[in-house]
This record gives sequence, structure tokens and C-alpha cells, in this order.
Amino acid sequence: MAVLNEEQEMLRDMAREWTVNESPVTEFRKVRASGEPEAFNRDAYATMAQMGWAGVIIPEEHGGSDFGFLSAGLVVEELGKTLTASPLVMNTVAASAIVLGGSDEQKAKWLPRLASGEAIATLAIDEGPSHDPAKIETSVSDGKLSGTKAFVHEAHGADLFVVAAKDGLYLVEKGDGVALTTRKLTDQRSHADVTFDGAAAERLANGGDSLLDDVLDRARVLTAAEMLGMAQQVFDDTLDYLKQRVQFNQVLASFQALQHRMADLFADLAQMRSAVEAGLQAVDGGFGVARAATIAKAEANRVMHKMANEGIQLHGGIGMTDEYDVGFYLKRARVLEASFGSSSWLKDRFSKLSGY
Amino acid sequence: MATQIEPATQTDENAFRAEVQQFLADNFPAELKGQSNALAGVDGPTNETPTQTKWREAVGARGWGTPTWPKEYGGGGLTKAQAKIIDQEFAKAGAYNPIGGMGVMMFGPTLLEYGNEAQKQEHIPPICRGEIRWCQGYSEPNAGSDLANLQTFAEDKGDHYLVNGQKTWTSGGQWADKCFAIVRTDKSDKHRGISFMLIDMDTPGVEVRPITMISGTSPFCETFFTDVKVPKENLVGEEGQGWTIGKRLLQHERTNISGGGSLARLMGQSLGDIAKKYQPTGADGELADAVLRDKIADFEIRWNSFLLTARRAMEESKAAGGVSEISSVLKKLGTKLSQERSELLIEIRGLQGLGWEGDGFSDGELEAVRAWLFGKATTIYGGSTEIQNNIIAKRVLGMLDHQ
Repeated sequence: MAVLNEEQEMLRDMAREWTVNESPVTEFRKVRASGEPEAFNRDAYATMAQMGWAGVIIPEEHGGSDFGFLSAGLVVEELGKTLTASPLVMNTVAASAIVLGGSDEQKAKWLPRLASGEAIATLAIDEGPSHDPAKIETSVSDGKLSGTKAFVHEAHGADLFVVAAKDGLYLVEKGDGVALTTRKLTDQRSHADVTFDGAAAERLANGGDSLLDDVLDRARVLTAAEMLGMAQQVFDDTLDYLKQRVQFNQVLASFQALQHRMADLFADLAQMRSAVEAGLQAVDGGFGVARAATIAKAEANRVMHKMANEGIQLHGGIGMTDEYDVGFYLKRARVLEASFGSSSWLKDRFSKLSGY
Repeated sequence: MATQIEPATQTDENAFRAEVQQFLADNFPAELKGQSNALAGVDGPTNETPTQTKWREAVGARGWGTPTWPKEYGGGGLTKAQAKIIDQEFAKAGAYNPIGGMGVMMFGPTLLEYGNEAQKQEHIPPICRGEIRWCQGYSEPNAGSDLANLQTFAEDKGDHYLVNGQKTWTSGGQWADKCFAIVRTDKSDKHRGISFMLIDMDTPGVEVRPITMISGTSPFCETFFTDVKVPKENLVGEEGQGWTIGKRLLQHERTNISGGGSLARLMGQSLGDIAKKYQPTGADGELADAVLRDKIADFEIRWNSFLLTARRAMEESKAAGGVSEISSVLKKLGTKLSQERSELLIEIRGLQGLGWEGDGFSDGELEAVRAWLFGKATTIYGGSTEIQNNIIAKRVLGMLDHQ
């Protein structure tokens, strides 16, 4: 764990206490059971916003606390541990697009509402099932945006979309010219293909040529933070299980074959934590962000993938049941692995950034 | 997350930095620029040039080779921040730290923690001045991973012990002046029968035989003890405390083996850059072999997250004070990754990367081959990877003993 300041420790402790007491995995089960396509609890999100979590990276003058991404990551990690279904990650990243690229007017209009939870924003970038920001066909003419975005996270709950077009990022409000087709994925969260047909769009004119990459890097590190919480929880749950389950008159934890697998996972988790925290810190420091975010998401993908698989295997048959939580982590893990950069895409980007 | 530095501290640090720069200007001989500290390693005899001796003495006199060790024993008595400034300024000037070896990395910190006043006064100052070399008397033919099974026996003879037995894998034993050893003083208790003592290598009855390794070098020795007299004052701690002290020393060893010391140097050489010299590239400058390119990136990403982990462990341990069980994680990861790197380097270079000797190979290529072979030892010594896994599972994760 990175060395934290007092405010960050308080924020993390508050998030930990709230998720454990108010938003355990049973709350995610309720959201799933409700079958609502937006797939989150509005009351819970209002409480999270009241606690300031929706405005962690938003400047104070616009109603946020401006604590930065490492702080946001602390909250998101705790949410990941209990699979809390909320649009917080996407809202935070979409807000960062406005912070980086918005005009004073756009900031004043949207940031206070995104910080207070009154409005929710999300990102609409990719146009196919695999992350590929180089392949964008969406275009804008005379302030009207047209194109189709695939598998948009938290599309149902969103009031505002940050949309990638050929010539930059645009703000599009839900309404005329915006149509959603629900795409139910294995994680049972909100995803939709969003078709924009001449929808009114405002360009995020600041932020320069790298705005799209900068925003995506923020999506990568914050998604990685959610995965870190999930991986930590799978590890902890698996370790607890191995210490309880008795076979051959011995607890499973006493078998060396299993001990060494847990030692491997423990070391992997240490690497994942280092990479994710360094990615978040790089965003706050504004230095080497592309490289650090690539490493963060690549390590999150690698370790989360392995952790989810090992979590199931080490739980044995019980891990295959819907009654046990570990399967939920596997299903969410794969969705996040594929979002904002698969492992092969990230390795390609790392090679390019390194000049080979 | 910017760390706020108090203005007063900043001024002090600037003054200290200027002092180090002045010291380098006055004392560091230009001809040694870019050299490394041959004496700090375990793989070479003692043959300093007069210039090297002068540099070692200059640094030793200040205690700057062991900057954070107490001043009363010859250390620098400096803060970690000041030690970092020394590191930075030495690196900038291309100057190596001439004080090193097992005395600095492992034995010194352990003796400072467990030694009595007389022992610290006698042994720490020569380490700080780089005057004597220590070797490690731990492993035995039948005590490898099961180290506590060691049988070398120290019989109580009143004012001294009489030591008989055999140690093996004694790194640098043929060049060492002294040996810190764990030996048995009580045959009835496996762990509490072990004591930690210091043995002069020139004592009658000590015999050293180098072992030739697959890399062609002989960095390790067999060490035989036949009726070797060791004075009682060379016992560190109490009789029977050797296992505790010996394990503490291993934590220091692991932290060093994991690569903590040489990370910056290794970081400088991107495998991708090396690959571009040996492998075809496309018009865009990218490696044409997409599979190899992916392998290199996969490795470099994990290597980076290991370096970040080593850094994080260091930052976290500042508060906790000293090495911890995380050293097992670092040792396990660092050694495995270093081996992977060596293997990838061979894949990148093809047969040009497997040269044994002679013309047609650069020094760097030949060194890499020897390093690849010697590197196989890193997951075996200092507690094998399997032993590190046991330590992590039992001590960190609280999984039960498998016995």
C-alpha cells in the first residue's frame, strides 16, 4: 500500500466501512435480481455522492474535493472488493475529460452536478467489441454527432456521454438522437450499444491532441483500481476458505501444493498493487502517464485473470455455484480485462511507447 | 501527493549536496570513472591498484560507504535522505562506492543488531573502511534448504570452542579474511542448538577448496574445519541464539539478492533496444517478429512492476524500520525475472548469444552467457524459491505447517 496522507487514510477507512456494512456483495445480488438495465441502486449512489466520492478528482471551485486519482482509486478499490454496482468509475473518468478539455462554461455547467450525483456521465469511445481508439468512425457536422458506440459502460444511468469522434471528444446529452440497445454481459452490469443520430454535440475544445489518450489512461488506471480491489478480495476469500475446509482430516491450508500456489498469488498481487498505485500516482503527478497507465492495466489484467481462475479452482466445486461469490468476480473480471485495453493491445502499446 | 519539504531541511540538503560534490572533486580519481567496485563482489581476488586504494580510503575515512551506520563505529551517521544524496552525486560523477561485500550487505547490519559492544568496536570499523572481507559459513552438504540440519560442531573447551565439520557454497571463501558461521553447540535441539560465531580464515585447521560451476567460474568454495580453535569472545549473542540471528541475516541477504542494489543499472538496458540491434525491424522501427516483440513487452511490463514493488517495499519499510518478510516476495520475484531476462536475451541474440569464449563475440555477449548460467543459482541460494514460498505461506499468510 502506498504511503498515504491523513485525508487519504480517512477516505479509505470511510469507504471500507461503508462498503462492508452498507454495500456487501448481497447488495449486488439485489441489483442483479431487480433486472433493471441500469443495474445500480440510486439511493446508494446518492449516499456515495453525499460522502464526496463522485467529486474526488473535481476541482473545489466546481464542487469537488480535488484529492486526485490516487484518492479516487482508494475508494474504487474498496467498491471493487464488494462488487458494488455503481457508475462511480465511469462518472469520474468522464468528469476528468471535462476537467482536462472543457471550456469554463462546460465545467461550470457539468462538474458541480457530476460531483453532487445530480447527474451521471460516462464514456462512449469504442465502436466494436475490442478496445481500439484508432478505429473511430463517429463524425460531427454542424454540431450534430452521428455514429454507434459499442458496449458503453453505465449507459443506462448516464445523463451525459463523453463521445469520441474523428476530430476529438464531444459532450452529448441523453435525449433526441440518442438510442440505447441493451447488451447484457456476463457481469450483469449496465452495458449498451449507443446510437447517435444527429445528436446535439459540444466539442471539448481544450486539452490538446492527447485529450483522448489522456482520458483513456485515466479510465485504465481507475478500472485497474477496481480490479485490484476484486483481486484482493478473491485472494482473501480463498485464503479464508483454505483455512476452513477440511479434507483427509486436514485443513486444505496445510497442503504444501496449495501453500505454494497462494504464495505465487500473493507475489502477483504485490506486483499488481505496485503497478496500479504507480499508475494512479503518475496521473496525479502528470508525468509518464501513458507508460504508467499501460503497465497498471496490463498488470491488473494479468493478475486478475489468474486470480479469478485460481480462486475458482481453489474453492473447488463450491466455487462453481451461484451461491458463492467467487464466480461473480470472475465474470466481472473478464469484462474489465477487455475494456480500455486487452492484454495484447496493452503490450503492443507498451512496445510502441518504448520504441520497439 | 507531492511530499512537502520544509524549507530549512531543503537548505540543509543543498548544503550537504554541495559537500558531497566538493568531496568528489577533491578525491575521486578521474581514471576510475565508470568502474565498478570489484572488491565488493565475491568473484575476484584482492588486487587493488594504488588509485583504487586511495579512493577506498577516502570514502572509508568519512564512513560514506556505509552512510547510515552509526558514527561511533566508523559509519557516516547520516540520515537516509543524506545517504540518497550520496548515491545520486556518486552516480552523477560516475563514481562507485568502494565499500561493499558481505560485510556491508549482511553481516554488518546483523552485528549492529545482535553484537556486543566489543564485537561492534572490533568488526564494524574495518567493514566501513573496506579493509577486510567476510564470507558466509551457512550451508553444508546435508544442510541446504533444510539449513537447521547443519552438523558442524563447536565443542566447548572452556575459553574456546573447538570446531569440526564442513561448510559448502562458501561464496568468496578463497579470498575472505573472516567467516560468520552458524554451527551446532547442542546436538539435542535442532534449532536452539545452533550458535552464531566468527571464525578467522587463517586459523590453523581451516581449509578452502573452490568449486567450478557450470558458468566456468569458481565463486563458491567448500570449507573444511578440522580442530579449529575459536575464542569464546567470537560468539555473537547467546549460545543457542544462532538460528534467530542467522535468519535475520538471511533477510538482509534476500533483500540484496532480489536485485535491489543493481536495479538502476539493469533498468538502463531495454531488451527492446537490444533486440533492435539483432533482429529485423519494419519501416516503422518496430520489431518484425511480432511474437518476440510481444514476449519482450510482456517481460518488461512485469519487470517494471517488480521494480515498483521493490521501491514500494522500501518506502513502506522506512516507517517499519528495516527489512521484513516482504524480502521473501522480492527475492522470489526478482530472481525469477532476472533468469527470464537472461533467457530472453539468448532468444534475441540466437547462437550469437551463446558464445563461450574467443573472437567473434563481444564482451557483453560473453558476459551475458556466464551471467545466464550463474544466474541459475539465484533461485537456489539464499533460501530457494520453494523455501521462500514456505516462508510466505506460513509467516505471512498464516497457513499451517505442512509437516
